[in-house]
Amino acid sequence: MAIANYLYLSAILFTIGAVGVVVRRNAIVVFMCIELMLNAANLAFVTFARVNSNLDGQVVAFFTMVVAACEVVVGLAIIVTIYRSRRSVSVDDASLLKQ
Amino acid sequence: MINLALDIGKTATPESFLFYFLAPLSVLAAVGMLLVKKAVHSALLLAWVMISLAIFYIAQDALFLGIVQIVVYTGAVMMLFLFILMLVGVDSSDSLEENIKGLRLVAILSAVGFGGLLISLISRATFGRQIYGLAAANSGGNANGLAEQLFTKYVFAFEVVSALLITAALGAMVLAHSQKSKSQFTQRDLSISRFRKGSLKDAAGLPGSGVYALHNAVDVPALLPTGKAAPTSISAVLEARGDMIESSNFQLREEEEDK
Repeated sequence: MAIANYLYLSAILFTIGAVGVVVRRNAIVVFMCIELMLNAANLAFVTFARVNSNLDGQVVAFFTMVVAACEVVVGLAIIVTIYRSRRSVSVDDASLLKQ
Repeated sequence: MINLALDIGKTATPESFLFYFLAPLSVLAAVGMLLVKKAVHSALLLAWVMISLAIFYIAQDALFLGIVQIVVYTGAVMMLFLFILMLVGVDSSDSLEENIKGLRLVAILSAVGFGGLLISLISRATFGRQIYGLAAANSGGNANGLAEQLFTKYVFAFEVVSALLITAALGAMVLAHSQKSKSQFTQRDLSISRFRKGSLKDAAGLPGSGVYALHNAVDVPALLPTGKAAPTSISAVLEARGDMIESSNFQLREEEEDK
């Protein structure tokens, strides 16, 4: 098996995550799809670290994890705040700027 | 030039078996994440994808990242997701019908285009030299090697990320903090308002439920000394729900008194 198979898997997972962000309307599920995309990018980083025979890729993947954790904390807090004022987590309901 | 897809370091058989076993399962779980209705099921499927990714990391000589993936992602992040799901209602299932017409078709078509682009790109990419793997870089242990990089070459990024973490924690506290729109009445406030009402009828407090009746449950109005029921002795909630019991049922009857 070629190492590039990991990259194919990463590309497929990233694409699935992107579709989820567009298609799903529950804000929490949209968030989970973003997490999936971040994880797919991490897999590519780890694979390239192996290809390049150094640990830089793994360090970058580690930073991605930290930033993703921050993003989840703040994003979920925003979702809870929106839920408190609107009683809904559907991304289609938060459309006040449109009117 | 060596073709990345064909000639770079082939992996050993156990690893390829692992890959061919886990990769389709993780792709299936990721697709299922989009298709299931309930957000909780999506979260569980995502947790599965993350665990299989952790196994891939460990298989690719990234032991530390694999452990961190399980601890941070499946442990902390997914639990956070589940907590928020509990907060906003577990059964809030998404309606899967599309609001914008043709959105799903466009999304799938562009996904096929984008994914095809990525895959064809990877299959055509070339890598100029031999692949040696991470054996040399991991010679002192994977965690040690990562720490060495982290605290020398990437120390500035490390500090910035720590600042980011603190900011995110503060931001989450500010966002999730809910201010009470009006302060609760204290016992003193309630007492003052009773005396300011004009009449001193209720100044000593409202009658308790069931007082003077033969039945002293909370849903039975008290009987006043005159023999009449006192509706104020019942909680307004019980009255509105219609759970009030007629207290005359428990009143002493004339004929009973005669005996």
